[in-house]
Amino acid sequence: MDRKDWPLFEIFIRPKNGLSHKHVGSLHAADTRMALDNARDVYTRRGEGVSIWAVPAASIAASDPSEKASLFDPADDKVYRHPTFYDIPADVKNI
Amino acid sequence: MYTQALDAKTEQGAQPSPRLVTEQEAALQSRFQERVDAEEKIEPRDWMPEGYRRTLVRQISQHAHSEIVGMLPEGNWITRAPTLRRKVALLAKVQDEGGHGLYLYSAAETLGVSRDELIGQLLSGKAKYSSIFNYPTPTWADIGAIGWLVDGAAIMNQVPLCRCSYGPYARAMVRICREESFHQRQGYELMLALAQGTPEQKRMAQDALNRWWWPSLMMFGPSDEQSAHSAQNMAWKIKRFSNDELRQRFVDATVPQAEFLGLTIPDPELRFNAETGHYEFGAIDWTEFNEILKGNGPCNRERIEARRKAWDDGAWVREAAVAHAAKRRQRALKKAG
Repeated sequence: MDRKDWPLFEIFIRPKNGLSHKHVGSLHAADTRMALDNARDVYTRRGEGVSIWAVPAASIAASDPSEKASLFDPADDKVYRHPTFYDIPADVKNI
Repeated sequence: MYTQALDAKTEQGAQPSPRLVTEQEAALQSRFQERVDAEEKIEPRDWMPEGYRRTLVRQISQHAHSEIVGMLPEGNWITRAPTLRRKVALLAKVQDEGGHGLYLYSAAETLGVSRDELIGQLLSGKAKYSSIFNYPTPTWADIGAIGWLVDGAAIMNQVPLCRCSYGPYARAMVRICREESFHQRQGYELMLALAQGTPEQKRMAQDALNRWWWPSLMMFGPSDEQSAHSAQNMAWKIKRFSNDELRQRFVDATVPQAEFLGLTIPDPELRFNAETGHYEFGAIDWTEFNEILKGNGPCNRERIEARRKAWDDGAWVREAAVAHAAKRRQRALKKAG
């Protein structure tokens, strides 16, 4: 086995202009250029997209799943973040 | 193309004996099961039981190998397809199978194994792949039978995998299933053309059905009583339906399709049970299946040799790609410097 030099790339595809790039999978390639070429062949055989991002997987910083509870607390106690928290007289329109 | 339950009960003795679990681990395990029961997806960096990880690595990599080896029987006919229309379709299908292998290797890698490790297991003969790809494709009708029956069985098995509890596997399966339905339709259309052709063509179609029918039924794996991991895999929601349930669905869907073709399913015991609404079929010859898994099928050696040759012949391409990438980096540095 001799592919130690082929890093992993995460592939993101924009389905059409106006939409964001979305993660579709990953692949190994010698460099970014090859990653883009291969992503085109592997992930866009049926008109899936108009733009590809290839990001070295090692460059992605990810949050720790064990901190999910504290990081992504639904903040249900912070009701003042929602518009319904504020009392506006019924006579006031367009607000 | 396909994943198969390859592990029969005899292998159970080889499994590590249960060890004592700590209180903390037990809590993690019950929390994990709660999430699975609630149909929450498990993602790569989430805590998971070691057995769950091991099962998934084995199943996803076997599935990936099956896609890659599955390119071989059909690749055999690309240069000899009878028309350009059939040729482009077959070429696109085989290219899809290669892509499916890559989606699946990617999914397996999220569980902490490397691509090269998995490919090494295939080339060394250590890893298993679907038994179906160890049969030869001597006639053009085999291409039709593979699309219709083998991909048909694969779809039956794979659609429930789109709801598998492990996120990356489920997402790969969604893509694969979307692409797979063209495979089955092109196969059936091919069979239809032969079945409605000259008597010789119809004989060829019947002969292919005779050879592929039973191996296709075996694709669903051992019967439920013989299947080693079924109960645990169901609890983990890796598997949604039992081997026998899926096999029955396949038979029910396929028999009327064969009737439409005017071909005969090679099973004298096959009959429709009006009470249950299902077809009853004869006993499967599991000795043949077990022999193939042991490496003694008609094409086992040929398939692995072909993969080894492809890997060895491609060595210079992999080296050249690395050298070229290094050169491009140097050039970019010089330009910037």
